[in-house]
Amino acid sequence: MRLLEVGDLDAITLGATLLGNGGGGDPYQAKLMAHQAIEDFGAVKLVDLEELPEDALIVSIAVLGAPTVLIEKIPSGQLYVDAVKSLASYLGEEVAAIIPVEVGGMNTLVPLMVAAELGLPCVDADGMRRAFPQIEMTVFTLAGISASPVALADEHGNTVIVVAKSNQTAEKLIRNASMNLGLANSFASYSMTIEEAKGSAIRGSLTYCENVGRILQGIQRGTQSWEDMYEFTGGRTLFEGKIVDLDRRTTSGFARGTVVIEKFGDQSTTMRIEIQNEMLLAIENGKTVLTPPDLICMVDHETAEPITTEQLAYGQRVRVIGMPCAPEWHREGMLEVAGPAAFGYDVDYVEFDGGTK
Amino acid sequence: MIKDLRIGIDVGGTNTDAVVVDAAGKVIAATKAATTLDPFDGIRAALVQVLEGVDKSRVGQAMLGTTHPANAVIQRRDLQRVGALRLAAPASIGVRPGAAWPADLAATILGPTRIIRGGNNYDGSEISPLDEDAVRAFAAEAGSSVETIALSAPFSPASREHELRAEEIILEELGKDFAVSLSHRVGALGLLERENATILNASLLKVARGVIVGFKAALAEQALEVESFLTQNDGTLMSEEDATRLPVLSLGSGPTNSMRGASSLAGLADAMVIDVGGTSADVGILVDGFPRESASAIEVGGVRTNFRMPDLVSIGLGGGTVVRRGTSGVDIGPDSVGYRVSTDALVRGGSTLTLSDISVAAGRLQGFGDSSLIADLPKELVSDALSWVDTQIGIIVERMKASKHQLPLIAVGGGSHLVPDEIAGVSQVIRPNHHPVANAYGAAISEASGSIDQVYRYSEGGREACLENARWAAIDAAVSAGADPASVRVTSIIEVPLTYVPGEACRVQVKAAGALLR
Repeated sequence: MRLLEVGDLDAITLGATLLGNGGGGDPYQAKLMAHQAIEDFGAVKLVDLEELPEDALIVSIAVLGAPTVLIEKIPSGQLYVDAVKSLASYLGEEVAAIIPVEVGGMNTLVPLMVAAELGLPCVDADGMRRAFPQIEMTVFTLAGISASPVALADEHGNTVIVVAKSNQTAEKLIRNASMNLGLANSFASYSMTIEEAKGSAIRGSLTYCENVGRILQGIQRGTQSWEDMYEFTGGRTLFEGKIVDLDRRTTSGFARGTVVIEKFGDQSTTMRIEIQNEMLLAIENGKTVLTPPDLICMVDHETAEPITTEQLAYGQRVRVIGMPCAPEWHREGMLEVAGPAAFGYDVDYVEFDGGTK
Repeated sequence: MIKDLRIGIDVGGTNTDAVVVDAAGKVIAATKAATTLDPFDGIRAALVQVLEGVDKSRVGQAMLGTTHPANAVIQRRDLQRVGALRLAAPASIGVRPGAAWPADLAATILGPTRIIRGGNNYDGSEISPLDEDAVRAFAAEAGSSVETIALSAPFSPASREHELRAEEIILEELGKDFAVSLSHRVGALGLLERENATILNASLLKVARGVIVGFKAALAEQALEVESFLTQNDGTLMSEEDATRLPVLSLGSGPTNSMRGASSLAGLADAMVIDVGGTSADVGILVDGFPRESASAIEVGGVRTNFRMPDLVSIGLGGGTVVRRGTSGVDIGPDSVGYRVSTDALVRGGSTLTLSDISVAAGRLQGFGDSSLIADLPKELVSDALSWVDTQIGIIVERMKASKHQLPLIAVGGGSHLVPDEIAGVSQVIRPNHHPVANAYGAAISEASGSIDQVYRYSEGGREACLENARWAAIDAAVSAGADPASVRVTSIIEVPLTYVPGEACRVQVKAAGALLR
């Protein structure tokens, strides 16, 4: 067990922004929320799964809504507490700890806020160790753990419980419910025992995220190098160049787009990146080089600040980074849940070391 | 008597520039004076110089762009204490007002802050009815410890009733002269940033009154009978009354004036602009004669805001930038001798090697000092420094471009001699007449404007009807701000579909502008 204090939030936020793969919501606002919660309720106890009894119940908590609404109606801890309490009451059990579902983007920091407010520990584990746009895209789904029952709450204390046969259906139902609950909601889901979590969750995600953030802070200050980052993550630089084309559109609720980068000093070599909220596919000179669930991250070439897909602009000089997904992803069903086909791409999965499957 | 002349004044960090412009936009007189500790000394000096030989009775308007409010925030000077009241509960309580402010600025400005019931949803429905008793209680508590109150509420740019009602109650409690700033008048969507801007605005009200009073006095000393205006961030004008009420909207007007001035002096509506001063160079892009605005959050004095400001890329490269001989080649900047370049540069008999000296040695700058004083500069040093300049300018110009198309580049400012004639991706480098006073010229030619920022549901009435409604609302706002109905036009429409929101909800921002009615 260790205590997460206000001073730890900057590194976690920076790591979460990089692991957000260009999407995942604005971690800055979530950092302010976590900051206030820790100030008001005290430090967050970060624990390993081993520190809790096998039959203890844990639940995940995350934000759900429209980005434009979330910047006007800033969700408070109470909203999340209501979702957790409502789920616990439906299940008729006490919740022993909070588990993040998505360590990447703003949902990295939301569980810390909720844990602080409820006085519960937060488990150092999650279901993605990156950002994905839909709630069924988790290693929990691979392990057959149901997202249902899902409890969705608004700021007035209204809650909706969704019980769905599949996690894909749960995703659709809670999005629909959210539209009637003001589009700035929280949802508690993926209730499981510690024993189930041990068999499915990605371990050490928050610590991993914090370390990524600290190394990136070091790179920005000039005290650490990209080699340090790659040694820690197993990643590599995919491409370095300048953005020469950008196409953005919003269809069926998701921000889709394509960005084309031209290699420094070599106009004939380009990388195309396909976006659906997050950066998902990297294609170099027509050849697919990186596919989900492996990670594409982008930073400013000079400042090493992570770039979100909203900030993409013509002429930006960028470094594109590839990182292997958490090893827990490599299980039966990975490609159906979070491979290229899950996003409608007709390309084969490319293993991170270069082979195809 | 026909009042066909205007005066434009721009107070910058180094210089206070002034121009007199006729009805056709021709420069009648132009001058540069040093910016002074009390900026009004510099403004008075610039006015005296620029009005020499001008028939004062022909001057009808005076426009001022000034760094007063920006400096007040940066230096934490003359700021008023503000009580912040957010009408939002039970929503939006996750982050309190003033969160993440720099501690010293928060200590200077922030009085009591509170979140009470009120505010609206994206569709206009109430989050909660406004808690009027809580407004009264806050007014009673804050009235004794603060000079102004800032009000904010979710979606107030679309639904402003709660902010207006709360203001009414505060004025009932604290007297009709008590100053209140309302967030829907200050900023666009993004509650925390809009609220931050509103608190800053409230704290600047005294500074704003000082600027208006001082400006009017300076004009009166010159026996000028004119209407006076301040320029705002978007390159359009604010009346005296608006400038007194919304000083925060003028915080970033300097770069905008310079870009608008460059556009008009060069006769180009779509181009890039590079403004090179003594210390830094800014590159921006003009779309339809207005600067393209930044999409990301702008920080003012360490506080995140959502002002609309020109999208600029800046680097430490100017006429006064210091050049050193390093161990391997040449080390340049980022430090600068600034306005002291006219005494400190080698060619002026000083002892500091600056980029202006390099420019003289390379033949880019003529008539600035004695080139024999740098006759022994190694050729290699000059060419290394010059190639650094060209590379840096090439990079920032490339970063600013919106597409692969070639665009002309308008070079303005005292250090613009550093800009090379050939830049990759640039069709042509244009150096218009009067470019050193482009910012004051930009102030002089500013137009009146109006804007709206609202969420529409296209499923009710259709997209075209909604957009038409938005266009007219913006045009009406511009006309009531003083624009000539005959010249007013829509200058920008931004549609942002709200993801996941049913009813094809779309956030629509429209801006209209037109020449001032004379």
